[in-house]
Amino acid sequence: MEKGPCPLLLVHPTRGLLDEKFSVLVQNLPPVLDVTLQALIHSDDGDFWEAFGHYVSDSSGVVNAVDEASLGGTYDGVDPMGLIWSMRPVPGSRNGLRLRKHEVLSPYIVHISAYKGHLSRGFKEQTALASVVVERWYMAPGVRRVQIAEGGLIATLFLPPGPGPFPGLLDLWGGGGGLVEYRSALLASHGYVSLALEYLNPSTADGSTTHVGREYFEAAFTLLKQHPQVCGDRLAILGLSFGASVALGMAVYSPVIQPRCLVCVSGSHVQPVKNSLDDVFAAINENVKNTRIDEKNQVIWRDLLLPIPKDPAKKVDVGQLQCPVLMVVGEDDQNWPASESAEDMREMMKKAGNSELLSVLSYPKAGHLIEPPYSPHVCASNFITGGKKLMVLWGGETVPHCRAQEDAWKKTLAFLEEHLYSNSVR
Amino acid sequence: MTAPLLSVQPIRGLVDEKFQVVLKNLSPGSPLTLHSLHHSEDNDHWEGFGYYFSNNQGTVTVAEDESLGGTYKGTEQMGLLWSMRPVPGSRTGLRLRKKDVLTPMVVIISAYRGHVSEGFQEQCPLASVVTERWYVAPGVQRISIMEKGVRGTLFLPPGPGPFPGVLDMWGGGGGLVEYRSALLASHGFVSFALEYLPAEEIATTELQYRYFETAFKIIQDHPLVVSDRVGLFGLSFGTSIALTMSAYFITINPRCCVCISGSHVHPVKKALSSVFDEMHKNLHKTRFDEDNCYIWRDLILPIPTDPELKVEVGMIKCPLMLVVGEDDQNWATVESAEDIARMMHSAGNDHLLTTLSYPGAGHLIEPPYTPHFRSSNFLLHNTREKVIMLWGGWTKPHADAQEDSWEQILAFLRLHLHSSLESVPFAKL
Repeated sequence: MEKGPCPLLLVHPTRGLLDEKFSVLVQNLPPVLDVTLQALIHSDDGDFWEAFGHYVSDSSGVVNAVDEASLGGTYDGVDPMGLIWSMRPVPGSRNGLRLRKHEVLSPYIVHISAYKGHLSRGFKEQTALASVVVERWYMAPGVRRVQIAEGGLIATLFLPPGPGPFPGLLDLWGGGGGLVEYRSALLASHGYVSLALEYLNPSTADGSTTHVGREYFEAAFTLLKQHPQVCGDRLAILGLSFGASVALGMAVYSPVIQPRCLVCVSGSHVQPVKNSLDDVFAAINENVKNTRIDEKNQVIWRDLLLPIPKDPAKKVDVGQLQCPVLMVVGEDDQNWPASESAEDMREMMKKAGNSELLSVLSYPKAGHLIEPPYSPHVCASNFITGGKKLMVLWGGETVPHCRAQEDAWKKTLAFLEEHLYSNSVR
Repeated sequence: MTAPLLSVQPIRGLVDEKFQVVLKNLSPGSPLTLHSLHHSEDNDHWEGFGYYFSNNQGTVTVAEDESLGGTYKGTEQMGLLWSMRPVPGSRTGLRLRKKDVLTPMVVIISAYRGHVSEGFQEQCPLASVVTERWYVAPGVQRISIMEKGVRGTLFLPPGPGPFPGVLDMWGGGGGLVEYRSALLASHGFVSFALEYLPAEEIATTELQYRYFETAFKIIQDHPLVVSDRVGLFGLSFGTSIALTMSAYFITINPRCCVCISGSHVHPVKKALSSVFDEMHKNLHKTRFDEDNCYIWRDLILPIPTDPELKVEVGMIKCPLMLVVGEDDQNWATVESAEDIARMMHSAGNDHLLTTLSYPGAGHLIEPPYTPHFRSSNFLLHNTREKVIMLWGGWTKPHADAQEDSWEQILAFLRLHLHSSLESVPFAKL
């Protein structure tokens, strides 16, 4: 007797933005069959990342990952997006990897397959029961990517389709440096003109980094403000890690930079960013002896800013903030004392009488790298500084960290919409 | 102040998927026009639009709010797509059909202030997004076939297979039409879009029934196809071929058959070319409407009683789904469907028959959310004269028919071609 057709594996949508959910359904399986759903990505860096969940088909031969729990694998519970956020490098990969898309004009290609049995490895040697291809995009169609190299700025501007005018975002990443575009591409896909700014070159061989100062950030902010498709009084800064410190410092100390609101992810107000970044790094480096190394030789930098100084001169004077600030904090952040900083900020702002501007999203067991949702969590990864490659501990446990990413992004988008788009009088 | 925030989700979808269009941050009670624009491969512009008022929160949600006018009315989630028509000043008799199925249809959805009915190009919209509508899912492969004299395009779903197969046959307009097969492959079927009436050639005398048998076998023999799970899918003249194959061909065994807007009336047991001869004999029955459009529905009327002149549908052994539009002006499909049911009832095989009959729908029942055309340009085979053919149907009921029939067709194909159940249940609607 002839074999029947392969089971039907349906993922919807097959082309989605990175922050969109998909559903996964498998039909026409034999009833009560052990099935593994596996997702596989070949990253820009040439590594393979995978995730998998173990399911059992019901009496009608169906696995519905939207309603049914994964019983194990790299994720468990009811969550088809586990196939993306629980990804990790396949066995045998290089160490210390982080999944980041460098090229945002093309999508991640994800192969999602169903296998017979509850497999944890050796997927390549098996023939899948069924397989589909899913595209995950950082950019919606019509979003324009414009490289900026004027006025000394190194940046990429992303513009939503349409006439505008749109609110503008200055998008700042952290101490790893370089030009990271994907979050800006995604924000433009949600209706914001977003400027991804490079302000720290990745370390050169002799250990020096090119540091900039206040004028650089002011030039970037002004570029946004004056852009013909940007609504000049609807600007915000979104900063992660050291980018958050820059955001806080510039909002307080720069007369030019007057954002309508700030979003600070995994950041701190300690060591005020007023003028040259060199001064700030020098101040932080005074505490370099506080660097800890754990049993796996992973570098913990959270103590470089601890204890939170009592001396106000050593912190951004957040009592002077005039716009709403959303702080996003992972309570297991091993890289930066984001929790302690948020608490101290609240104290300072209470004393100054502007604490109603502060909102804090604090996530237990989340780490430092709170990225757009469904990004895989890495507890530690390679980091290049002073010409050296270290393994830096970011912290966080995978499930709570990924839930934090999902929740924080939703609330961040709502916060931005409220302060930048909404026309209701405040 | 910023522009209002317009969102479409999903921003990239398959042609048969629904989307959500939401406009936010307007003042409450503002008059708005939501507009769709598509620049076709043929270089024409198609548009649709609906008139709305924002609610108390300053929002318009197309899936929930009523359009008060435009090219569609009422609460119509997909109205911006199915109600599209050529912009004023376009060439006449146009039909929107995608030739390159590996690229998406790009549709720009915009919001305009006020209730606008023309001159969209001269106005600046309040907001605009770009959506993509795809006939292929990622991973679908397109393969040109030129084998044993058979021409067409094969579409393979992603994955190890094996898959069920479909032989996809369009109508008398001829040429190679790929988009439906591309979409079927995106749903897990190996689908073969068959070219059997080359657009440029007049001579159909070369066409033999054997051509279709060979095509069917090419699918069956494909290493990724389950050979006893191959079905037939025909529209218009393709239906006549599908019914003939199901009833008479003993060397092939279609597992099921979908026949859209077709008939069993044509001289059987003769060469295929005689079908066209018979048609030419009846051309005098062509009627014309007030716009001089050709109406061919009477060509096969009255439905003959002579069994030599119609397919013996009593001999069909596989499940059969007939889809007809009750306002079909091109072919007498309603009367044919009735006669098919009567013949199958007499023969005792009507448990195999499912008929979907749609009031107000015309001849060209295509995949959903694609625009409806009541008439369009058509090239007559014999004289090569360009005429306007009346297909029939009214936009809204026709759009509903496309949406409902496609859902039922996919369910029917899945049931008979994909299902692992041993017994083949039948649905009679």
